[in-house]
Amino acid sequence: MRNIAIAVAILIAGATGASAQQKPAADTAKVDADSAKAFPTAPADWKSRFEQDETTKECSINENSPPKPVAEAIGKREKARIEYPADGGLMGDWQSGEKLAQSGYGLRFTDYPARQTNGGNCYACHQLTKAEVSYGTIGPTLLNYGRIRNFSEADTKAVYDKIYNAQAAYPCSNMPRFGTNKVLTIDQIKDLVALVMSPDSPVNK
Amino acid sequence: MVEDLVLKKNLLILTACCTLAVAMPLASAQDETEKAIEKYRQMLKEDPWSNPGLLDSDRGEGLWKTAAGPNKVTLEKCDLGQGAGVVDGAFAELPRYFADAGKVMDLETRLMWCMEKLQGISHDELVRRPYPAGGQPVKDLGAIATYVASKSSGMRFAAKLDQPQEKAVVDEGHAIFFRRQGPHDFACATCHNESGKRIRLQGLPYLADSKEAKQAVGQWPAYRVSTTQVMTMQHRVYDCYWQMRMPELEIGSDVSVALIAYLVKNAEGGEIVTPGLKR
Repeated sequence: MRNIAIAVAILIAGATGASAQQKPAADTAKVDADSAKAFPTAPADWKSRFEQDETTKECSINENSPPKPVAEAIGKREKARIEYPADGGLMGDWQSGEKLAQSGYGLRFTDYPARQTNGGNCYACHQLTKAEVSYGTIGPTLLNYGRIRNFSEADTKAVYDKIYNAQAAYPCSNMPRFGTNKVLTIDQIKDLVALVMSPDSPVNK
Repeated sequence: MVEDLVLKKNLLILTACCTLAVAMPLASAQDETEKAIEKYRQMLKEDPWSNPGLLDSDRGEGLWKTAAGPNKVTLEKCDLGQGAGVVDGAFAELPRYFADAGKVMDLETRLMWCMEKLQGISHDELVRRPYPAGGQPVKDLGAIATYVASKSSGMRFAAKLDQPQEKAVVDEGHAIFFRRQGPHDFACATCHNESGKRIRLQGLPYLADSKEAKQAVGQWPAYRVSTTQVMTMQHRVYDCYWQMRMPELEIGSDVSVALIAYLVKNAEGGEIVTPGLKR
Protein backbone atom coordinates (compact mmCIF):
# COMPACT_ATOMS: atom_id res chain seq x y z
CA MET A 1 0.00 0.00 0.00
CA ARG A 2 2.77 2.37 1.01
CA ASN A 3 4.73 1.45 -2.11
CA ILE A 4 1.78 2.31 -4.30
CA ALA A 5 1.47 5.68 -2.58
CA ILE A 6 5.15 6.40 -3.18
CA ALA A 7 4.90 5.28 -6.79
CA VAL A 8 1.92 7.59 -7.32
CA ALA A 9 3.82 10.43 -5.67
CA ILE A 10 6.78 9.88 -7.98
CA LEU A 11 4.51 9.76 -11.02
CA ILE A 12 2.82 13.02 -10.02
CA ALA A 13 6.16 14.66 -9.30
CA GLY A 14 7.51 13.45 -12.65
CA ALA A 15 4.50 14.74 -14.55
CA THR A 16 4.67 18.16 -12.93
CA GLY A 17 8.40 18.41 -13.54
CA ALA A 18 7.96 17.73 -17.22
CA SER A 19 5.13 20.22 -17.67
CA ALA A 20 6.98 23.24 -16.31
CA GLN A 21 10.60 23.18 -17.33
CA GLN A 22 11.67 26.45 -15.71
CA LYS A 23 9.80 26.00 -12.48
CA PRO A 24 11.84 27.30 -9.52
CA ALA A 25 13.14 24.84 -7.01
CA ALA A 26 12.06 27.27 -4.29
CA ASP A 27 10.82 26.06 -0.97
CA THR A 28 7.22 27.32 -0.89
CA ALA A 29 7.08 27.12 2.91
CA LYS A 30 10.03 29.52 3.03
CA VAL A 31 8.37 31.83 0.48
CA ASP A 32 5.25 31.89 2.66
CA ALA A 33 7.27 32.52 5.83
CA ASP A 34 9.34 35.28 4.21
CA SER A 35 6.19 36.88 2.81
CA ALA A 36 4.69 36.96 6.29
CA LYS A 37 7.80 38.80 7.53
CA ALA A 38 8.12 41.24 4.63
CA PHE A 39 5.29 43.58 5.64
CA PRO A 40 5.92 44.41 9.30
CA THR A 41 3.77 47.56 9.26
CA ALA A 42 0.70 45.76 7.87
CA PRO A 43 -2.41 46.11 10.05
CA ALA A 44 -3.56 42.85 11.64
CA ASP A 45 -6.59 42.57 9.35
CA TRP A 46 -4.34 42.78 6.26
CA LYS A 47 -2.82 39.36 6.92
CA SER A 48 -5.05 37.82 4.27
CA ARG A 49 -3.28 39.99 1.68
CA PHE A 50 -0.08 37.98 1.83
CA GLU A 51 -1.66 34.65 2.59
CA GLN A 52 -2.89 32.63 -0.36
CA ASP A 53 -6.03 30.61 -0.90
CA GLU A 54 -5.97 27.27 -2.67
CA THR A 55 -6.54 28.86 -6.07
CA THR A 56 -3.82 31.53 -5.87
CA LYS A 57 -1.48 28.88 -4.51
CA GLU A 58 -2.11 26.55 -7.47
CA CYS A 59 -1.85 29.38 -10.00
CA SER A 60 1.44 30.60 -8.50
CA ILE A 61 3.09 27.19 -8.38
CA ASN A 62 1.98 26.43 -11.93
CA GLU A 63 2.89 29.92 -13.20
CA ASN A 64 -0.70 30.42 -14.38
CA SER A 65 -0.64 27.32 -16.62
CA PRO A 66 -2.24 24.70 -14.39
CA PRO A 67 -2.44 21.10 -15.57
CA LYS A 68 -5.94 20.16 -16.73
CA PRO A 69 -7.20 18.46 -13.56
CA VAL A 70 -6.00 21.40 -11.46
CA ALA A 71 -7.62 23.88 -13.85
CA GLU A 72 -10.90 21.97 -13.65
CA ALA A 73 -10.81 21.95 -9.87
CA ILE A 74 -10.15 25.70 -9.82
CA GLY A 75 -13.00 26.39 -12.24
CA LYS A 76 -15.43 24.31 -10.20
CA ARG A 77 -14.38 25.85 -6.90
CA GLU A 78 -14.52 29.44 -8.15
CA LYS A 79 -17.86 28.95 -9.92
CA ALA A 80 -19.37 27.94 -6.60
CA ARG A 81 -18.15 31.24 -5.13
CA ILE A 82 -20.18 33.47 -7.47
CA GLU A 83 -23.12 35.20 -5.79
CA TYR A 84 -26.03 36.73 -7.67
CA PRO A 85 -28.30 39.70 -6.98
CA ALA A 86 -31.39 38.81 -4.94
CA ASP A 87 -33.75 40.08 -7.66
CA GLY A 88 -31.93 38.25 -10.44
CA GLY A 89 -31.32 41.39 -12.57
CA LEU A 90 -27.77 41.53 -13.90
CA MET A 91 -27.76 44.86 -15.74
CA GLY A 92 -27.17 48.10 -13.88
CA ASP A 93 -26.36 51.56 -15.19
CA TRP A 94 -23.67 51.81 -17.89
CA GLN A 95 -22.83 55.42 -17.01
CA SER A 96 -21.88 54.42 -13.48
CA GLY A 97 -20.06 51.48 -15.04
CA GLU A 98 -17.98 53.80 -17.22
CA LYS A 99 -16.90 55.77 -14.11
CA LEU A 100 -15.93 52.54 -12.37
CA ALA A 101 -14.02 51.38 -15.45
CA GLN A 102 -11.98 54.60 -15.36
CA SER A 103 -11.18 54.53 -11.64
CA GLY A 104 -8.25 52.65 -10.19
CA TYR A 105 -8.95 53.94 -6.72
CA GLY A 106 -9.04 51.70 -3.71
CA LEU A 107 -7.26 49.21 -1.44
CA ARG A 108 -3.74 50.68 -1.86
CA PHE A 109 -2.14 51.48 1.49
CA THR A 110 -2.47 55.18 0.67
CA ASP A 111 -6.25 54.79 0.13
CA TYR A 112 -7.13 54.71 3.84
CA PRO A 113 -9.39 56.06 5.18
CA ALA A 114 -11.27 55.56 1.90
CA ARG A 115 -12.16 58.83 0.17
CA GLN A 116 -14.29 57.18 -2.52
CA THR A 117 -15.57 53.75 -3.49
CA ASN A 118 -13.27 51.20 -5.10
CA GLY A 119 -12.89 51.37 -8.86
CA GLY A 120 -12.74 48.49 -11.31
CA ASN A 121 -9.87 50.02 -13.32
CA CYS A 122 -11.00 48.10 -16.43
CA TYR A 123 -9.21 50.50 -18.81
CA ALA A 124 -5.89 49.60 -17.20
CA CYS A 125 -6.09 46.31 -19.13
CA HIS A 126 -8.98 46.50 -21.63
CA GLN A 127 -10.11 48.63 -24.53
CA LEU A 128 -13.79 49.41 -23.99
CA THR A 129 -15.11 52.54 -25.72
CA LYS A 130 -13.82 54.23 -28.87
CA ALA A 131 -13.57 57.52 -27.01
CA GLU A 132 -11.06 56.30 -24.45
CA VAL A 133 -7.76 55.81 -26.25
CA SER A 134 -5.74 55.38 -23.07
CA TYR A 135 -6.33 51.69 -22.49
CA GLY A 136 -4.12 48.76 -21.60
CA THR A 137 -3.61 45.50 -23.46
CA ILE A 138 -3.15 42.87 -20.76
CA GLY A 139 -6.76 41.80 -21.32
CA PRO A 140 -8.61 41.45 -24.65
CA THR A 141 -10.39 44.37 -26.29
CA LEU A 142 -14.06 44.62 -25.28
CA LEU A 143 -15.05 47.09 -27.97
CA ASN A 144 -18.52 46.12 -29.31
CA TYR A 145 -18.55 43.15 -26.96
CA GLY A 146 -22.33 43.11 -26.47
CA ARG A 147 -23.20 43.94 -30.08
CA ILE A 148 -21.04 41.11 -31.43
CA ARG A 149 -22.97 38.74 -29.16
CA ASN A 150 -26.41 40.17 -30.04
CA PHE A 151 -26.82 41.34 -26.44
CA SER A 152 -27.83 37.81 -25.52
CA GLU A 153 -28.97 36.85 -22.05
CA ALA A 154 -26.49 33.98 -21.82
CA ASP A 155 -23.60 36.31 -22.62
CA THR A 156 -24.87 38.88 -20.11
CA LYS A 157 -24.69 36.23 -17.42
CA ALA A 158 -21.26 35.13 -18.64
CA VAL A 159 -20.01 38.73 -18.37
CA TYR A 160 -21.41 39.00 -14.83
CA ASP A 161 -19.64 35.75 -13.94
CA LYS A 162 -16.36 36.90 -15.49
CA ILE A 163 -16.31 40.15 -13.55
CA TYR A 164 -17.44 38.50 -10.32
CA ASN A 165 -14.91 35.70 -10.60
CA ALA A 166 -12.96 35.36 -13.85
CA GLN A 167 -11.34 32.16 -12.71
CA ALA A 168 -14.60 30.24 -12.85
CA ALA A 169 -14.41 30.31 -16.66
CA TYR A 170 -10.66 30.93 -17.02
CA PRO A 171 -8.66 29.25 -14.27
CA CYS A 172 -5.58 31.32 -13.37
CA SER A 173 -6.76 34.26 -15.48
CA ASN A 174 -4.79 37.45 -14.74
CA MET A 175 -8.07 39.21 -13.96
CA PRO A 176 -8.92 39.94 -10.33
CA ARG A 177 -11.87 38.08 -8.79
CA PHE A 178 -13.69 41.34 -8.18
CA GLY A 179 -16.80 39.94 -6.52
CA THR A 180 -15.37 37.01 -4.63
CA ASN A 181 -12.52 39.12 -3.23
CA LYS A 182 -14.97 41.91 -2.26
CA VAL A 183 -13.22 44.53 -4.39
CA LEU A 184 -16.52 45.50 -6.01
CA THR A 185 -20.09 45.14 -4.76
CA ILE A 186 -22.79 43.25 -6.65
CA ASP A 187 -24.36 46.59 -7.68
CA GLN A 188 -21.03 47.86 -9.04
CA ILE A 189 -20.57 44.64 -11.00
CA LYS A 190 -24.06 45.09 -12.49
CA ASP A 191 -23.06 48.58 -13.63
CA LEU A 192 -20.01 47.14 -15.35
CA VAL A 193 -22.13 44.42 -16.98
CA ALA A 194 -24.29 47.24 -18.39
CA LEU A 195 -21.22 49.05 -19.71
CA VAL A 196 -20.20 45.93 -21.65
CA MET A 197 -23.62 44.54 -22.61
CA SER A 198 -26.12 47.41 -22.86
CA PRO A 199 -27.13 48.45 -26.42
CA ASP A 200 -27.02 52.07 -25.14
CA SER A 201 -23.46 51.81 -23.86
CA PRO A 202 -20.69 53.55 -25.85
CA VAL A 203 -18.88 50.19 -25.81
CA ASN A 204 -21.47 49.02 -28.38
CA LYS A 205 -21.86 52.22 -30.38
CA MET B 1 26.23 77.60 -12.14
CA VAL B 2 26.64 74.29 -13.89
CA GLU B 3 23.58 73.06 -11.98
CA ASP B 4 21.61 76.08 -13.18
CA LEU B 5 22.45 75.27 -16.77
CA VAL B 6 21.53 71.62 -16.28
CA LEU B 7 18.16 72.57 -14.82
CA LYS B 8 17.42 75.01 -17.62
CA LYS B 9 18.30 72.43 -20.22
CA ASN B 10 16.08 69.84 -18.54
CA LEU B 11 13.21 72.26 -18.32
CA LEU B 12 13.46 72.99 -22.01
CA ILE B 13 13.45 69.33 -22.88
CA LEU B 14 10.58 68.60 -20.51
CA THR B 15 8.56 71.43 -21.97
CA ALA B 16 9.15 69.97 -25.40
CA CYS B 17 7.94 66.55 -24.23
CA CYS B 18 4.83 67.97 -22.59
CA THR B 19 3.92 70.06 -25.61
CA LEU B 20 4.12 67.01 -27.80
CA ALA B 21 1.97 65.03 -25.39
CA VAL B 22 -0.83 67.59 -25.38
CA ALA B 23 -0.78 68.33 -29.07
CA MET B 24 -1.42 64.81 -30.32
CA PRO B 25 -3.94 62.01 -29.85
CA LEU B 26 -2.83 60.12 -26.77
CA ALA B 27 -1.71 56.84 -28.30
CA SER B 28 0.60 58.44 -30.81
CA ALA B 29 1.59 61.07 -28.25
CA GLN B 30 2.78 58.19 -26.13
CA ASP B 31 5.05 56.96 -28.91
CA GLU B 32 6.25 60.51 -29.47
CA THR B 33 6.89 61.01 -25.76
CA GLU B 34 8.82 57.77 -25.64
CA LYS B 35 10.83 58.91 -28.68
CA ALA B 36 11.49 62.30 -27.10
CA ILE B 37 12.64 60.65 -23.90
CA GLU B 38 14.82 58.28 -25.91
CA LYS B 39 16.34 61.35 -27.56
CA TYR B 40 16.84 62.85 -24.11
CA ARG B 41 18.55 59.63 -23.00
CA GLN B 42 20.82 59.85 -26.03
CA MET B 43 21.70 63.45 -25.16
CA LEU B 44 22.46 62.37 -21.61
CA LYS B 45 24.83 59.76 -22.93
CA GLU B 46 26.59 62.37 -25.03
CA ASP B 47 26.61 64.86 -22.17
CA PRO B 48 26.71 62.77 -19.00
CA TRP B 49 26.62 65.87 -16.80
CA SER B 50 23.06 66.69 -17.78
CA ASN B 51 21.30 63.85 -15.87
CA PRO B 52 19.68 65.35 -12.73
CA GLY B 53 20.28 62.01 -10.99
CA LEU B 54 23.98 62.83 -10.96
CA LEU B 55 23.33 65.55 -8.42
CA ASP B 56 22.11 62.82 -6.05
CA SER B 57 25.03 60.63 -7.03
CA ASP B 58 27.40 63.47 -6.07
CA ARG B 59 25.53 63.94 -2.82
CA GLY B 60 25.87 60.19 -2.23
CA GLU B 61 29.63 60.36 -2.77
CA GLY B 62 29.84 63.11 -0.17
CA LEU B 63 27.75 61.07 2.27
CA TRP B 64 29.90 57.97 1.71
CA LYS B 65 32.91 59.96 2.88
CA THR B 66 31.20 61.78 5.74
CA ALA B 67 31.35 60.54 9.33
CA ALA B 68 27.82 59.74 10.50
CA GLY B 69 25.76 57.79 13.04
CA PRO B 70 26.43 57.27 16.77
CA ASN B 71 29.90 55.88 15.92
CA LYS B 72 30.80 58.97 13.85
CA VAL B 73 32.57 57.04 11.10
CA THR B 74 32.34 57.14 7.30
CA LEU B 75 31.32 54.24 5.09
CA GLU B 76 34.77 54.04 3.56
CA LYS B 77 35.41 50.70 5.30
CA CYS B 78 32.15 49.24 4.02
CA ASP B 79 32.80 46.02 2.09
CA LEU B 80 30.45 45.86 -0.88
CA GLY B 81 31.92 42.53 -1.93
CA GLN B 82 35.18 43.67 -3.53
CA GLY B 83 36.98 44.43 -0.27
CA ALA B 84 36.61 47.21 2.29
CA GLY B 85 35.94 50.55 0.66
CA VAL B 86 36.04 49.34 -2.96
CA VAL B 87 33.23 51.07 -4.85
CA ASP B 88 34.31 50.81 -8.48
CA GLY B 89 32.57 47.87 -10.12
CA ALA B 90 30.98 46.67 -6.86
CA PHE B 91 27.39 47.17 -8.04
CA ALA B 92 28.00 45.08 -11.17
CA GLU B 93 28.56 42.02 -8.96
CA LEU B 94 25.64 42.49 -6.59
CA PRO B 95 23.54 40.89 -5.18
CA ARG B 96 25.88 38.36 -3.59
CA TYR B 97 26.24 36.24 -0.48
CA PHE B 98 28.07 37.97 2.37
CA ALA B 99 29.58 35.55 4.86
CA ASP B 100 29.84 38.22 7.57
CA ALA B 101 26.08 38.79 7.45
CA GLY B 102 25.22 35.18 6.55
CA LYS B 103 22.85 36.54 3.89
CA VAL B 104 22.50 37.39 0.24
CA MET B 105 22.27 41.17 -0.11
CA ASP B 106 21.56 43.66 -2.85
CA LEU B 107 23.24 47.07 -2.86
CA GLU B 108 20.79 48.91 -0.64
CA THR B 109 20.55 46.07 1.87
CA ARG B 110 24.33 45.90 2.07
CA LEU B 111 24.59 49.66 2.56
CA MET B 112 22.06 49.44 5.40
CA TRP B 113 24.14 46.66 6.94
CA CYS B 114 27.24 48.87 6.83
CA MET B 115 25.33 51.83 8.26
CA GLU B 116 24.14 49.61 11.09
CA LYS B 117 27.39 47.77 11.82
CA LEU B 118 29.93 50.52 11.11
CA GLN B 119 28.04 53.69 11.90
CA GLY B 120 25.82 52.23 14.62
CA ILE B 121 22.52 53.44 13.12
CA SER B 122 19.66 51.26 14.34
CA HIS B 123 17.98 48.88 11.92
CA ASP B 124 14.55 50.25 12.88
CA GLU B 125 15.62 53.76 11.98
CA LEU B 126 17.02 52.60 8.63
CA VAL B 127 13.86 50.80 7.54
CA ARG B 128 11.33 53.27 8.96
CA ARG B 129 10.79 55.69 6.04
CA PRO B 130 13.44 54.90 3.46
CA TYR B 131 11.80 56.51 0.43
CA PRO B 132 11.11 60.17 -0.40
CA ALA B 133 7.63 61.61 -0.82
CA GLY B 134 6.68 62.73 -4.34
CA GLY B 135 8.88 65.55 -5.60
CA GLN B 136 11.35 65.23 -2.71
CA PRO B 137 14.94 64.24 -3.44
CA VAL B 138 16.00 60.65 -2.83
CA LYS B 139 16.97 60.08 0.81
CA ASP B 140 20.59 59.64 1.96
CA LEU B 141 20.63 55.85 1.62
CA GLY B 142 19.27 56.12 -1.92
CA ALA B 143 21.78 58.85 -2.80
CA ILE B 144 24.64 56.65 -1.61
CA ALA B 145 23.20 53.73 -3.60
CA THR B 146 23.01 55.97 -6.66
CA TYR B 147 26.66 56.93 -6.19
CA VAL B 148 27.83 53.33 -5.80
CA ALA B 149 25.73 52.13 -8.76
CA SER B 150 27.05 54.96 -10.95
CA LYS B 151 30.55 53.62 -10.32
CA SER B 152 29.54 50.52 -12.31
CA SER B 153 27.91 52.47 -15.12
CA GLY B 154 29.09 51.22 -18.50
CA MET B 155 29.84 47.77 -17.07
CA ARG B 156 27.68 44.68 -17.47
CA PHE B 157 25.74 42.80 -14.82
CA ALA B 158 28.11 40.08 -13.73
CA ALA B 159 26.75 38.87 -10.40
CA LYS B 160 27.75 35.21 -10.30
CA LEU B 161 24.88 34.08 -8.07
CA ASP B 162 26.31 30.57 -8.19
CA GLN B 163 26.77 29.89 -4.47
CA PRO B 164 24.13 27.57 -2.97
CA GLN B 165 22.74 30.44 -0.84
CA GLU B 166 22.60 32.68 -3.91
CA LYS B 167 20.92 30.07 -6.07
CA ALA B 168 18.29 29.51 -3.38
CA VAL B 169 17.56 33.25 -3.25
CA VAL B 170 17.25 33.54 -7.05
CA ASP B 171 14.86 30.56 -7.04
CA GLU B 172 12.88 32.18 -4.24
CA GLY B 173 12.73 35.41 -6.25
CA HIS B 174 11.42 33.44 -9.21
CA ALA B 175 8.68 31.92 -7.06
CA ILE B 176 7.80 35.35 -5.62
CA PHE B 177 7.63 36.82 -9.13
CA PHE B 178 4.78 34.38 -9.81
CA ARG B 179 3.23 34.52 -6.33
CA ARG B 180 -0.34 35.78 -6.60
CA GLN B 181 -1.71 37.53 -3.55
CA GLY B 182 -3.74 40.43 -2.25
CA PRO B 183 -7.32 41.44 -3.03
CA HIS B 184 -6.57 41.61 -6.77
CA ASP B 185 -4.67 38.27 -6.95
CA PHE B 186 -1.74 40.14 -8.49
CA ALA B 187 1.80 38.86 -8.92
CA CYS B 188 4.73 40.56 -10.67
CA ALA B 189 3.97 38.14 -13.50
CA THR B 190 0.50 39.65 -13.98
CA CYS B 191 2.10 42.63 -15.73
CA HIS B 192 5.66 41.52 -16.53
CA ASN B 193 5.41 38.05 -18.03
CA GLU B 194 4.69 38.90 -21.64
CA SER B 195 6.22 41.16 -24.26
CA GLY B 196 4.48 44.22 -25.71
CA LYS B 197 1.78 44.62 -23.07
CA ARG B 198 0.83 47.87 -21.41
CA ILE B 199 -1.24 49.32 -18.55
CA ARG B 200 -3.24 52.20 -20.00
CA LEU B 201 -0.49 53.58 -22.26
CA GLN B 202 2.45 52.59 -20.11
CA GLY B 203 4.60 49.90 -21.69
CA LEU B 204 5.54 46.98 -19.45
CA PRO B 205 8.88 45.20 -19.64
CA TYR B 206 8.78 41.39 -19.87
CA LEU B 207 11.02 40.84 -16.89
CA ALA B 208 10.99 37.06 -16.84
CA ASP B 209 12.76 37.31 -20.20
CA SER B 210 16.45 38.03 -20.47
CA LYS B 211 16.26 40.42 -23.44
CA GLU B 212 13.85 42.88 -21.86
CA ALA B 213 15.22 42.41 -18.33
CA LYS B 214 18.64 43.46 -19.64
CA GLN B 215 17.20 46.69 -21.00
CA ALA B 216 15.08 47.51 -17.95
CA VAL B 217 17.04 46.45 -14.87
CA GLY B 218 20.30 48.21 -15.74
CA GLN B 219 18.66 51.63 -15.61
CA TRP B 220 17.99 51.57 -11.86
CA PRO B 221 18.56 53.65 -9.77
CA ALA B 222 16.92 56.05 -12.21
CA TYR B 223 15.86 59.67 -12.31
CA ARG B 224 12.09 59.75 -12.88
CA VAL B 225 10.86 62.69 -14.88
CA SER B 226 7.27 62.31 -13.58
CA THR B 227 8.23 62.50 -9.90
CA THR B 228 11.42 64.60 -10.36
CA GLN B 229 13.39 62.31 -8.10
CA VAL B 230 15.76 59.39 -8.18
CA MET B 231 14.09 56.07 -7.47
CA THR B 232 16.18 53.10 -6.38
CA MET B 233 15.47 49.45 -7.19
CA GLN B 234 14.17 48.70 -3.68
CA HIS B 235 11.86 51.71 -4.03
CA ARG B 236 10.76 50.54 -7.49
CA VAL B 237 9.74 47.13 -6.12
CA TYR B 238 8.02 48.75 -3.09
CA ASP B 239 5.97 50.91 -5.46
CA CYS B 240 4.90 47.85 -7.49
CA TYR B 241 3.65 46.28 -4.25
CA TRP B 242 1.68 49.45 -3.51
CA GLN B 243 0.05 49.13 -6.93
CA MET B 244 -0.61 45.45 -6.23
CA ARG B 245 -2.64 46.51 -3.15
CA MET B 246 -0.13 44.90 -0.85
CA PRO B 247 1.05 46.32 2.47
CA GLU B 248 4.31 48.30 2.60
CA LEU B 249 7.16 46.01 1.56
CA GLU B 250 10.07 46.43 3.98
CA ILE B 251 13.33 47.62 2.47
CA GLY B 252 15.92 44.86 2.65
CA SER B 253 13.30 42.18 3.41
CA ASP B 254 14.01 38.67 2.16
CA VAL B 255 11.19 39.13 -0.37
CA SER B 256 12.60 42.32 -1.90
CA VAL B 257 16.17 40.99 -1.98
CA ALA B 258 15.03 37.72 -3.59
CA LEU B 259 13.06 39.57 -6.25
CA ILE B 260 15.99 41.85 -7.05
CA ALA B 261 18.35 38.85 -7.23
CA TYR B 262 15.95 37.14 -9.66
CA LEU B 263 15.70 40.27 -11.82
CA VAL B 264 19.47 40.79 -11.87
CA LYS B 265 19.98 37.14 -12.77
CA ASN B 266 17.59 37.59 -15.69
CA ALA B 267 19.48 40.76 -16.68
CA GLU B 268 22.89 39.04 -16.56
CA GLY B 269 25.19 40.51 -19.20
CA GLY B 270 23.01 43.60 -19.62
CA GLU B 271 24.65 47.02 -19.61
CA ILE B 272 24.44 49.14 -16.48
CA VAL B 273 23.50 52.73 -17.33
CA THR B 274 22.86 54.28 -13.93
CA PRO B 275 21.45 56.64 -13.03
CA GLY B 276 18.95 55.86 -15.78
CA LEU B 277 16.18 58.09 -16.96
CA LYS B 278 12.54 57.06 -16.67
CA ARG B 279 9.25 58.60 -17.57
